[in-house]
Amino acid sequence: MIQLDHITWKTGDRVILADVTIAIPANTYAVLMGSTGCGKTTLLEILCGLRQPTSGRVILDGVDVTHLEPRERGIGYVPQDLALFPGLRVREQIGFAPKLRGVLPEELNQRVNRLAEQFGIVPLLDRLPDMLSGGEKQRVALARALAAQPKLLLLDEPLSALDESMRAEAVSLLQRVQSEHSLTVLHVTHSSSEAAALGHLHLRMAGGRLEVE
Amino acid sequence: MTLNRSNLCWLALALITAGYLLFWAFLLGATATYSTPDSWLKVLMSPEIRHATWLSLVTCSLAAGFALLLAVPVGYLMSRREFRGKSWLDAALDIPIILPPLVVGLCLLIFFQTWGGKLIENGFDVDLSPIEVPESWRPDPPLIRDEENEFTHEYKKPSQMGDHWKHLLHVPGFPFTYQISGVILAQFVVAAAFAIRTMRGTFQHLSARPEDVALTLGCTRFQALWHVALPAARRGMVAAFCIAWARSLGEFGPILVFAGATRMKTEVLPTTVWLELSVGNLEAAVAVSLFMVALAVLVLVAVRATGEKV
Repeated sequence: MIQLDHITWKTGDRVILADVTIAIPANTYAVLMGSTGCGKTTLLEILCGLRQPTSGRVILDGVDVTHLEPRERGIGYVPQDLALFPGLRVREQIGFAPKLRGVLPEELNQRVNRLAEQFGIVPLLDRLPDMLSGGEKQRVALARALAAQPKLLLLDEPLSALDESMRAEAVSLLQRVQSEHSLTVLHVTHSSSEAAALGHLHLRMAGGRLEVE
Repeated sequence: MTLNRSNLCWLALALITAGYLLFWAFLLGATATYSTPDSWLKVLMSPEIRHATWLSLVTCSLAAGFALLLAVPVGYLMSRREFRGKSWLDAALDIPIILPPLVVGLCLLIFFQTWGGKLIENGFDVDLSPIEVPESWRPDPPLIRDEENEFTHEYKKPSQMGDHWKHLLHVPGFPFTYQISGVILAQFVVAAAFAIRTMRGTFQHLSARPEDVALTLGCTRFQALWHVALPAARRGMVAAFCIAWARSLGEFGPILVFAGATRMKTEVLPTTVWLELSVGNLEAAVAVSLFMVALAVLVLVAVRATGEKV
Protein backbone atom coordinates (compact mmCIF):
# COMPACT_ATOMS: atom_id res chain seq x y z
CA MET A 1 0.00 0.00 0.00
CA ILE A 2 1.17 3.55 -0.83
CA GLN A 3 0.38 6.27 1.64
CA LEU A 4 1.11 9.92 1.09
CA ASP A 5 0.79 11.71 4.37
CA HIS A 6 0.31 15.50 4.16
CA ILE A 7 2.86 15.92 1.37
CA THR A 8 3.68 19.53 0.51
CA TRP A 9 6.20 20.72 -2.06
CA LYS A 10 7.10 24.35 -2.64
CA THR A 11 9.47 26.07 -5.03
CA GLY A 12 10.22 29.57 -3.82
CA ASP A 13 6.86 31.01 -2.78
CA ARG A 14 4.91 28.80 -5.18
CA VAL A 15 3.10 25.80 -3.70
CA ILE A 16 3.02 22.93 -6.21
CA LEU A 17 1.67 20.21 -3.90
CA ALA A 18 -0.50 21.31 -1.00
CA ASP A 19 -1.07 18.85 1.82
CA VAL A 20 -1.54 15.81 -0.43
CA THR A 21 -2.90 12.85 1.52
CA ILE A 22 -3.95 9.62 -0.17
CA ALA A 23 -3.78 5.86 0.30
CA ILE A 24 -3.56 3.50 -2.68
CA PRO A 25 -4.21 -0.17 -1.77
CA ALA A 26 -1.79 -2.88 -2.91
CA ASN A 27 -2.33 -4.46 -6.36
CA THR A 28 -4.36 -1.46 -7.47
CA TYR A 29 -4.02 0.22 -10.85
CA ALA A 30 -4.42 3.91 -10.02
CA VAL A 31 -4.57 6.56 -12.73
CA LEU A 32 -3.73 10.17 -12.02
CA MET A 33 -5.06 12.95 -14.24
CA GLY A 34 -4.61 16.69 -14.18
CA SER A 35 -3.66 19.66 -16.32
CA THR A 36 -0.10 20.23 -17.52
CA GLY A 37 2.16 21.66 -14.82
CA CYS A 38 -0.17 20.81 -11.93
CA GLY A 39 2.48 18.74 -10.14
CA LYS A 40 1.83 15.16 -11.29
CA THR A 41 5.46 14.47 -12.21
CA THR A 42 6.64 16.16 -8.99
CA LEU A 43 4.42 13.79 -7.03
CA LEU A 44 5.92 10.75 -8.80
CA GLU A 45 9.45 12.07 -8.16
CA ILE A 46 8.68 12.50 -4.46
CA LEU A 47 7.28 8.96 -4.36
CA CYS A 48 10.38 7.40 -5.88
CA GLY A 49 12.79 9.58 -3.89
CA LEU A 50 14.21 11.78 -6.64
CA ARG A 51 12.83 14.83 -4.84
CA GLN A 52 12.41 15.48 -1.13
CA PRO A 53 9.04 16.88 -0.04
CA THR A 54 9.02 20.22 1.78
CA SER A 55 6.94 18.48 4.42
CA GLY A 56 4.97 15.25 4.86
CA ARG A 57 5.77 11.55 4.71
CA VAL A 58 5.84 8.80 2.07
CA ILE A 59 4.87 5.41 3.49
CA LEU A 60 5.23 2.18 1.52
CA ASP A 61 3.75 -0.99 3.03
CA GLY A 62 3.72 0.64 6.44
CA VAL A 63 7.39 1.77 6.28
CA ASP A 64 8.26 5.47 6.27
CA VAL A 65 10.59 5.80 3.25
CA THR A 66 10.61 9.62 3.09
CA HIS A 67 14.33 9.86 3.76
CA LEU A 68 15.42 6.69 1.97
CA GLU A 69 17.38 6.92 -1.27
CA PRO A 70 15.57 5.96 -4.51
CA ARG A 71 17.48 2.66 -4.73
CA GLU A 72 16.25 1.62 -1.29
CA ARG A 73 12.54 2.05 -2.04
CA GLY A 74 11.86 -0.81 -4.46
CA ILE A 75 9.95 1.42 -6.86
CA GLY A 76 10.06 1.13 -10.65
CA TYR A 77 9.86 4.42 -12.55
CA VAL A 78 9.14 4.92 -16.24
CA PRO A 79 9.40 8.65 -17.10
CA GLN A 80 7.59 10.33 -19.96
CA ASP A 81 10.64 10.34 -22.24
CA LEU A 82 11.35 6.70 -21.20
CA ALA A 83 14.99 7.67 -20.54
CA LEU A 84 16.63 4.61 -22.07
CA PHE A 85 20.36 4.56 -21.38
CA PRO A 86 22.23 5.87 -24.44
CA GLY A 87 24.87 3.48 -25.72
CA LEU A 88 23.48 0.38 -23.97
CA ARG A 89 21.86 -2.42 -25.96
CA VAL A 90 18.35 -3.60 -25.07
CA ARG A 91 19.82 -6.70 -23.39
CA GLU A 92 22.01 -4.47 -21.19
CA GLN A 93 19.14 -2.09 -20.43
CA ILE A 94 16.93 -4.92 -19.13
CA GLY A 95 19.81 -6.59 -17.31
CA PHE A 96 20.97 -3.31 -15.72
CA ALA A 97 19.26 -3.65 -12.32
CA PRO A 98 19.86 -7.42 -11.83
CA LYS A 99 23.53 -6.97 -12.78
CA LEU A 100 23.91 -4.17 -10.20
CA ARG A 101 22.52 -6.53 -7.59
CA GLY A 102 25.11 -9.15 -8.42
CA VAL A 103 22.82 -11.66 -10.16
CA LEU A 104 24.97 -14.37 -11.76
CA PRO A 105 25.33 -14.21 -15.56
CA GLU A 106 23.30 -17.37 -16.20
CA GLU A 107 20.35 -16.23 -14.11
CA LEU A 108 20.70 -12.72 -15.50
CA ASN A 109 20.35 -14.05 -19.05
CA GLN A 110 17.32 -16.12 -18.06
CA ARG A 111 15.65 -13.11 -16.46
CA VAL A 112 16.37 -10.87 -19.47
CA ASN A 113 15.09 -13.50 -21.92
CA ARG A 114 11.95 -14.15 -19.87
CA LEU A 115 11.07 -10.44 -19.80
CA ALA A 116 11.98 -10.01 -23.47
CA GLU A 117 9.59 -12.86 -24.36
CA GLN A 118 6.86 -11.42 -22.18
CA PHE A 119 7.16 -8.02 -23.89
CA GLY A 120 7.70 -9.43 -27.39
CA ILE A 121 11.10 -7.79 -27.82
CA VAL A 122 13.36 -10.84 -28.25
CA PRO A 123 14.45 -9.78 -31.79
CA LEU A 124 15.44 -6.35 -30.40
CA LEU A 125 17.79 -7.56 -27.67
CA ASP A 126 20.98 -6.55 -29.49
CA ARG A 127 19.74 -3.17 -30.70
CA LEU A 128 20.70 0.26 -29.39
CA PRO A 129 17.93 2.71 -28.29
CA ASP A 130 18.44 4.81 -31.43
CA MET A 131 17.33 1.83 -33.54
CA LEU A 132 13.96 1.38 -31.77
CA SER A 133 10.50 2.77 -32.58
CA GLY A 134 8.42 4.61 -29.96
CA GLY A 135 6.42 1.48 -29.09
CA GLU A 136 9.54 -0.67 -28.86
CA LYS A 137 11.25 1.87 -26.57
CA GLN A 138 8.20 1.86 -24.33
CA ARG A 139 8.32 -1.94 -24.00
CA VAL A 140 12.05 -1.88 -23.27
CA ALA A 141 11.58 0.80 -20.59
CA LEU A 142 8.83 -1.28 -18.95
CA ALA A 143 10.91 -4.46 -19.08
CA ARG A 144 13.90 -2.59 -17.62
CA ALA A 145 11.78 -1.31 -14.70
CA LEU A 146 10.27 -4.75 -14.03
CA ALA A 147 13.67 -6.47 -14.10
CA ALA A 148 14.35 -4.78 -10.75
CA GLN A 149 11.29 -6.64 -9.38
CA PRO A 150 9.59 -3.55 -7.89
CA LYS A 151 6.49 -3.67 -5.71
CA LEU A 152 5.27 -0.37 -7.08
CA LEU A 153 5.45 0.92 -10.65
CA LEU A 154 5.21 4.64 -11.47
CA LEU A 155 4.36 5.45 -15.09
CA ASP A 156 4.55 9.07 -16.26
CA GLU A 157 2.45 9.34 -19.45
CA PRO A 158 4.07 6.23 -20.91
CA LEU A 159 1.72 6.04 -23.89
CA SER A 160 1.84 9.69 -24.94
CA ALA A 161 4.32 9.06 -27.77
CA LEU A 162 2.31 6.20 -29.30
CA ASP A 163 -0.18 6.47 -32.12
CA GLU A 164 -3.82 5.40 -31.67
CA SER A 165 -3.40 1.86 -33.05
CA MET A 166 -0.42 1.08 -30.82
CA ARG A 167 -2.05 2.63 -27.79
CA ALA A 168 -4.79 -0.03 -27.57
CA GLU A 169 -2.15 -2.75 -27.71
CA ALA A 170 -0.08 -0.97 -25.03
CA VAL A 171 -3.11 -0.65 -22.76
CA SER A 172 -3.71 -4.39 -22.82
CA LEU A 173 0.02 -4.98 -22.23
CA LEU A 174 -0.04 -2.78 -19.13
CA GLN A 175 -3.13 -4.58 -17.79
CA ARG A 176 -1.42 -7.93 -18.30
CA VAL A 177 1.83 -6.75 -16.68
CA GLN A 178 0.02 -5.38 -13.63
CA SER A 179 -1.89 -8.60 -12.99
CA GLU A 180 1.00 -11.00 -13.79
CA HIS A 181 3.50 -9.17 -11.56
CA SER A 182 0.93 -8.33 -8.84
CA LEU A 183 1.97 -4.70 -9.01
CA THR A 184 0.61 -1.54 -7.53
CA VAL A 185 0.69 0.95 -10.39
CA LEU A 186 0.36 4.73 -10.37
CA HIS A 187 -0.11 5.86 -13.98
CA VAL A 188 -0.14 9.54 -14.96
CA THR A 189 -2.15 10.31 -18.10
CA HIS A 190 -4.01 13.06 -19.93
CA SER A 191 -6.21 10.60 -21.79
CA SER A 192 -9.67 9.89 -20.36
CA SER A 193 -10.04 6.75 -22.49
CA GLU A 194 -6.69 5.42 -21.22
CA ALA A 195 -7.75 6.16 -17.64
CA ALA A 196 -11.13 4.47 -18.14
CA ALA A 197 -9.55 1.35 -19.67
CA LEU A 198 -6.84 0.90 -17.06
CA GLY A 199 -7.81 2.49 -13.76
CA HIS A 200 -9.24 0.75 -10.72
CA LEU A 201 -8.77 3.99 -8.81
CA HIS A 202 -9.13 7.40 -10.46
CA LEU A 203 -7.28 10.37 -9.00
CA ARG A 204 -7.32 13.98 -10.13
CA MET A 205 -4.88 16.71 -9.25
CA ALA A 206 -5.89 20.37 -9.34
CA GLY A 207 -4.55 23.42 -7.55
CA GLY A 208 -1.91 21.32 -5.81
CA ARG A 209 -4.53 19.05 -4.22
CA LEU A 210 -5.27 15.42 -4.95
CA GLU A 211 -8.81 14.09 -5.04
CA VAL A 212 -10.33 10.66 -5.61
CA GLU A 213 -12.94 10.75 -8.39
CA MET B 1 17.59 32.48 -57.65
CA THR B 2 16.38 36.08 -57.65
CA LEU B 3 18.47 38.61 -55.79
CA ASN B 4 15.92 39.96 -53.31
CA ARG B 5 16.74 41.81 -50.07
CA SER B 6 16.92 38.63 -48.02
CA ASN B 7 19.33 36.95 -50.46
CA LEU B 8 21.44 40.11 -50.55
CA CYS B 9 21.75 39.97 -46.78
CA TRP B 10 22.94 36.32 -46.89
CA LEU B 11 25.33 37.16 -49.71
CA ALA B 12 26.87 39.98 -47.67
CA LEU B 13 27.30 37.70 -44.64
CA ALA B 14 28.85 34.98 -46.83
CA LEU B 15 31.30 37.53 -48.27
CA ILE B 16 32.39 38.62 -44.80
CA THR B 17 32.97 34.97 -43.81
CA ALA B 18 34.82 34.24 -47.05
CA GLY B 19 36.96 37.36 -46.57
CA TYR B 20 37.99 36.23 -43.09
CA LEU B 21 38.82 32.71 -44.28
CA LEU B 22 40.74 34.15 -47.23
CA PHE B 23 42.78 36.28 -44.84
CA TRP B 24 43.76 33.13 -42.90
CA ALA B 25 44.49 31.25 -46.12
CA PHE B 26 46.87 34.05 -47.15
CA LEU B 27 48.56 34.02 -43.75
CA LEU B 28 49.15 30.26 -43.83
CA GLY B 29 49.97 30.27 -47.55
CA ALA B 30 52.60 32.96 -47.10
CA THR B 31 54.14 31.04 -44.21
CA ALA B 32 54.08 27.76 -46.11
CA THR B 33 55.79 29.22 -49.17
CA TYR B 34 58.52 30.91 -47.17
CA SER B 35 60.76 27.87 -47.49
CA THR B 36 60.78 24.50 -49.26
CA PRO B 37 59.56 21.11 -47.96
CA ASP B 38 63.17 19.85 -48.11
CA SER B 39 64.32 22.48 -45.66
CA TRP B 40 61.27 21.79 -43.41
CA LEU B 41 62.26 18.15 -43.28
CA LYS B 42 65.87 19.02 -42.54
CA VAL B 43 64.81 21.28 -39.67
CA LEU B 44 62.29 18.83 -38.25
CA MET B 45 64.85 15.99 -38.26
CA SER B 46 67.43 17.93 -36.22
CA PRO B 47 67.98 16.41 -32.74
CA GLU B 48 66.79 19.53 -30.87
CA ILE B 49 63.53 19.76 -32.80
CA ARG B 50 62.94 16.01 -32.55
CA HIS B 51 63.41 16.25 -28.79
CA ALA B 52 61.04 19.23 -28.59
CA THR B 53 58.47 17.37 -30.72
CA TRP B 54 58.69 14.26 -28.57
CA LEU B 55 58.46 16.32 -25.38
CA SER B 56 55.50 18.28 -26.71
CA LEU B 57 53.60 15.12 -27.67
CA VAL B 58 54.25 13.45 -24.29
CA THR B 59 53.59 16.49 -22.08
CA CYS B 60 50.47 17.52 -24.03
CA SER B 61 49.05 14.00 -23.72
CA LEU B 62 49.76 13.83 -19.98
CA ALA B 63 48.42 17.35 -19.34
CA ALA B 64 45.27 16.61 -21.36
CA GLY B 65 44.80 13.29 -19.52
CA PHE B 66 45.08 14.98 -16.11
CA ALA B 67 42.82 17.80 -17.32
CA LEU B 68 40.16 15.26 -18.34
CA LEU B 69 40.40 13.48 -14.99
CA LEU B 70 39.62 16.79 -13.31
CA ALA B 71 37.09 18.02 -15.87
CA VAL B 72 34.73 15.03 -15.63
CA PRO B 73 33.83 15.36 -11.92
CA VAL B 74 33.88 19.18 -11.94
CA GLY B 75 31.83 19.38 -15.15
CA TYR B 76 29.31 16.87 -13.77
CA LEU B 77 28.94 18.79 -10.50
CA MET B 78 28.49 22.12 -12.27
CA SER B 79 25.91 20.77 -14.70
CA ARG B 80 23.82 18.65 -12.36
CA ARG B 81 23.78 20.39 -8.99
CA GLU B 82 22.39 23.77 -7.94
CA PHE B 83 24.02 25.31 -4.88
CA ARG B 84 24.69 28.65 -3.25
CA GLY B 85 27.62 30.50 -4.83
CA LYS B 86 27.56 28.38 -7.99
CA SER B 87 27.86 31.39 -10.30
CA TRP B 88 30.96 32.55 -8.37
CA LEU B 89 32.52 29.11 -8.61
CA ASP B 90 31.69 29.04 -12.31
CA ALA B 91 33.49 32.37 -12.80
CA ALA B 92 36.46 31.16 -10.73
CA LEU B 93 36.81 28.06 -12.93
CA ASP B 94 37.24 30.35 -15.95
CA ILE B 95 40.08 32.36 -14.37
CA PRO B 96 42.86 30.47 -16.22
CA ILE B 97 41.12 31.32 -19.50
CA ILE B 98 41.04 35.05 -18.89
CA LEU B 99 44.42 35.42 -17.15
CA PRO B 100 47.31 36.55 -19.36
CA PRO B 101 49.47 33.43 -19.96
CA LEU B 102 52.61 35.01 -18.51
CA VAL B 103 50.72 35.74 -15.31
CA VAL B 104 49.78 32.06 -15.00
CA GLY B 105 53.47 31.17 -15.25
CA LEU B 106 54.40 33.84 -12.73
CA CYS B 107 51.75 32.59 -10.28
CA LEU B 108 53.17 29.07 -10.55
CA LEU B 109 56.72 30.30 -10.09
CA ILE B 110 55.82 32.33 -7.01
CA PHE B 111 53.72 29.51 -5.50
CA PHE B 112 56.71 27.18 -5.59
CA GLN B 113 58.75 29.78 -3.69
CA THR B 114 56.28 29.72 -0.82
CA TRP B 115 56.39 27.35 2.15
CA GLY B 116 53.77 25.02 0.62
CA GLY B 117 55.46 24.95 -2.77
CA LYS B 118 58.88 24.23 -1.26
CA LEU B 119 57.35 21.40 0.76
CA ILE B 120 56.06 19.85 -2.48
CA GLU B 121 59.38 20.29 -4.29
CA ASN B 122 61.84 19.42 -1.51
CA GLY B 123 59.84 16.90 0.48
CA PHE B 124 59.85 16.80 4.25
CA ASP B 125 60.96 14.71 7.22
CA VAL B 126 58.47 12.91 9.40
CA ASP B 127 59.33 12.41 13.04
CA LEU B 128 58.65 8.79 13.75
CA SER B 129 60.01 8.77 17.28
CA PRO B 130 56.74 7.61 18.84
CA ILE B 131 56.60 4.68 16.39
CA GLU B 132 58.71 1.56 16.85
CA VAL B 133 59.98 0.51 13.40
CA PRO B 134 60.32 -3.31 13.18
CA GLU B 135 63.85 -4.62 12.58
CA SER B 136 62.78 -6.35 9.34
CA TRP B 137 61.63 -3.04 7.81
CA ARG B 138 65.00 -1.38 8.23
CA PRO B 139 67.39 -1.41 5.28
CA ASP B 140 70.94 -2.75 5.63
CA PRO B 141 73.56 -0.19 6.58
CA PRO B 142 75.83 1.02 3.76
CA LEU B 143 78.56 -1.32 2.42
CA ILE B 144 82.16 -0.49 3.31
CA ARG B 145 85.46 -2.35 2.85
CA ASP B 146 86.81 -4.08 5.92
CA GLU B 147 90.46 -4.62 6.88
CA GLU B 148 90.81 -7.50 4.35
CA ASN B 149 89.41 -5.27 1.62
CA GLU B 150 86.15 -7.23 1.48
CA PHE B 151 82.79 -5.52 1.31
CA THR B 152 80.91 -5.58 4.56
CA HIS B 153 78.08 -3.66 6.15
CA GLU B 154 79.20 -0.71 8.25
CA TYR B 155 79.01 -1.65 11.86
CA LYS B 156 76.42 0.14 13.87
CA LYS B 157 75.01 -0.69 17.20
CA PRO B 158 71.45 -1.93 16.88
CA SER B 159 70.32 0.81 19.21
CA GLN B 160 71.92 3.41 16.93
CA MET B 161 70.16 1.91 13.89
CA GLY B 162 66.89 1.97 15.77
CA ASP B 163 67.34 5.58 16.77
CA HIS B 164 68.20 6.52 13.20
CA TRP B 165 65.01 4.95 11.84
CA LYS B 166 62.88 6.25 14.62
CA HIS B 167 63.67 9.84 13.74
CA LEU B 168 64.32 10.06 10.04
CA LEU B 169 61.62 9.25 7.54
CA HIS B 170 62.11 11.48 4.54
CA VAL B 171 59.08 11.93 2.29
CA PRO B 172 60.64 12.80 -1.07
CA GLY B 173 59.55 15.92 -2.87
CA PHE B 174 58.52 16.30 -6.49
CA PRO B 175 60.35 19.13 -8.25
CA PHE B 176 58.42 21.19 -10.80
CA THR B 177 60.28 24.47 -11.35
CA TYR B 178 62.41 24.35 -14.53
CA GLN B 179 61.63 20.62 -14.91
CA ILE B 180 59.60 18.59 -17.43
CA SER B 181 56.98 18.10 -14.71
CA GLY B 182 56.75 21.92 -14.65
CA VAL B 183 55.98 21.92 -18.37
CA ILE B 184 53.12 19.47 -17.75
CA LEU B 185 51.81 21.48 -14.79
CA ALA B 186 51.88 24.76 -16.75
CA GLN B 187 50.01 23.11 -19.63
CA PHE B 188 47.54 21.42 -17.28
CA VAL B 189 46.62 24.61 -15.39
CA VAL B 190 45.29 26.29 -18.53
CA ALA B 191 44.08 23.21 -20.43
CA ALA B 192 41.97 22.03 -17.47
CA ALA B 193 39.80 25.16 -17.65
CA PHE B 194 38.97 24.41 -21.30
CA ALA B 195 38.33 20.73 -20.58
CA ILE B 196 36.00 21.63 -17.69
CA ARG B 197 34.03 23.97 -19.96
CA THR B 198 33.68 21.24 -22.58
CA MET B 199 32.61 18.57 -20.07
CA ARG B 200 30.15 20.91 -18.42
CA GLY B 201 28.57 21.64 -21.82
CA THR B 202 28.49 17.93 -22.62
CA PHE B 203 26.68 16.99 -19.40
CA GLN B 204 24.29 19.93 -19.77
CA HIS B 205 23.24 18.65 -23.19
CA LEU B 206 22.62 15.16 -21.80
CA SER B 207 19.29 14.61 -20.07
CA ALA B 208 19.59 13.80 -16.37
CA ARG B 209 16.55 11.51 -16.65
CA PRO B 210 18.47 8.29 -17.44
CA GLU B 211 20.59 8.88 -14.33
CA ASP B 212 17.41 9.41 -12.27
CA VAL B 213 16.02 6.13 -13.59
CA ALA B 214 19.32 4.41 -12.78
CA LEU B 215 18.98 5.62 -9.18
CA THR B 216 15.57 3.95 -8.94
CA LEU B 217 17.03 0.76 -10.44
CA GLY B 218 19.54 0.44 -7.62
CA CYS B 219 22.44 2.74 -8.46
CA THR B 220 24.19 5.07 -6.07
CA ARG B 221 24.87 8.55 -7.48
CA PHE B 222 28.43 7.52 -8.23
CA GLN B 223 27.27 4.35 -10.03
CA ALA B 224 24.77 6.41 -12.06
CA LEU B 225 27.65 8.65 -13.13
CA TRP B 226 29.89 5.70 -13.94
CA HIS B 227 27.39 3.38 -15.66
CA VAL B 228 25.04 5.87 -17.34
CA ALA B 229 26.41 9.43 -17.59
CA LEU B 230 30.00 8.61 -18.55
CA PRO B 231 29.19 6.17 -21.39
CA ALA B 232 26.74 8.76 -22.74
CA ALA B 233 29.38 11.49 -22.46
CA ARG B 234 32.21 9.60 -24.14
CA ARG B 235 32.20 11.80 -27.25
CA GLY B 236 32.37 14.87 -25.06
CA MET B 237 35.27 13.29 -23.19
CA VAL B 238 37.17 12.72 -26.43
CA ALA B 239 36.44 16.32 -27.43
CA ALA B 240 37.55 17.64 -24.01
CA PHE B 241 40.78 15.64 -24.26
CA CYS B 242 41.46 16.93 -27.79
CA ILE B 243 40.74 20.54 -26.84
CA ALA B 244 42.95 20.28 -23.75
CA TRP B 245 45.65 18.65 -25.89
CA ALA B 246 45.51 21.37 -28.55
CA ARG B 247 45.51 24.07 -25.91
CA SER B 248 48.56 22.47 -24.24
CA LEU B 249 50.36 22.28 -27.57
CA GLY B 250 50.01 26.04 -28.07
CA GLU B 251 50.96 26.94 -24.50
CA PHE B 252 54.05 29.12 -24.37
CA GLY B 253 54.00 31.92 -21.77
CA PRO B 254 53.53 29.86 -18.58
CA ILE B 255 56.06 27.27 -19.77
CA LEU B 256 58.67 29.90 -20.55
CA VAL B 257 58.30 31.55 -17.13
CA PHE B 258 57.83 28.45 -14.99
CA ALA B 259 59.74 25.67 -16.76
CA GLY B 260 62.23 27.70 -18.77
CA ALA B 261 63.44 27.20 -22.33
CA THR B 262 66.40 24.87 -21.90
CA ARG B 263 67.36 23.05 -25.10
CA MET B 264 67.03 19.27 -24.94
CA LYS B 265 65.38 19.59 -21.53
CA THR B 266 62.22 21.72 -21.20
CA GLU B 267 62.00 22.92 -24.80
CA VAL B 268 58.60 22.25 -26.38
CA LEU B 269 57.50 23.25 -29.89
CA PRO B 270 56.26 26.80 -29.10
CA THR B 271 59.50 27.38 -27.20
CA THR B 272 61.40 26.19 -30.27
CA VAL B 273 59.65 28.78 -32.44
CA TRP B 274 60.62 31.48 -29.94
CA LEU B 275 64.22 30.25 -29.58
CA GLU B 276 64.71 30.01 -33.35
CA LEU B 277 63.17 33.46 -33.90
CA SER B 278 65.40 34.96 -31.21
CA VAL B 279 68.52 33.79 -33.08
CA GLY B 280 67.14 34.90 -36.44
CA ASN B 281 66.59 31.40 -37.83
CA LEU B 282 63.27 32.16 -39.48
CA GLU B 283 63.33 29.03 -41.65
CA ALA B 284 63.37 26.72 -38.63
CA ALA B 285 60.67 28.78 -36.88
CA VAL B 286 58.48 28.48 -40.00
CA ALA B 287 59.00 24.72 -40.29
CA VAL B 288 58.06 24.14 -36.63
CA SER B 289 55.08 26.50 -36.91
CA LEU B 290 53.75 24.64 -39.94
CA PHE B 291 54.18 21.34 -38.12
CA MET B 292 52.12 22.76 -35.24
CA VAL B 293 49.45 23.95 -37.67
CA ALA B 294 49.24 20.41 -39.07
CA LEU B 295 48.87 18.97 -35.56
CA ALA B 296 46.17 21.54 -34.70
CA VAL B 297 44.23 20.67 -37.87
CA LEU B 298 44.41 16.96 -36.97
CA VAL B 299 43.00 17.71 -33.52
CA LEU B 300 40.23 19.85 -34.99
CA VAL B 301 39.27 17.02 -37.35
CA ALA B 302 39.25 14.57 -34.42
CA VAL B 303 36.99 16.85 -32.36
CA ARG B 304 34.61 17.37 -35.30
CA ALA B 305 34.48 13.59 -35.78
CA THR B 306 33.12 13.24 -32.24
CA GLY B 307 30.23 15.54 -33.17
CA GLU B 308 31.08 18.02 -30.40
CA LYS B 309 31.40 21.72 -31.13
CA VAL B 310 34.55 23.52 -29.98
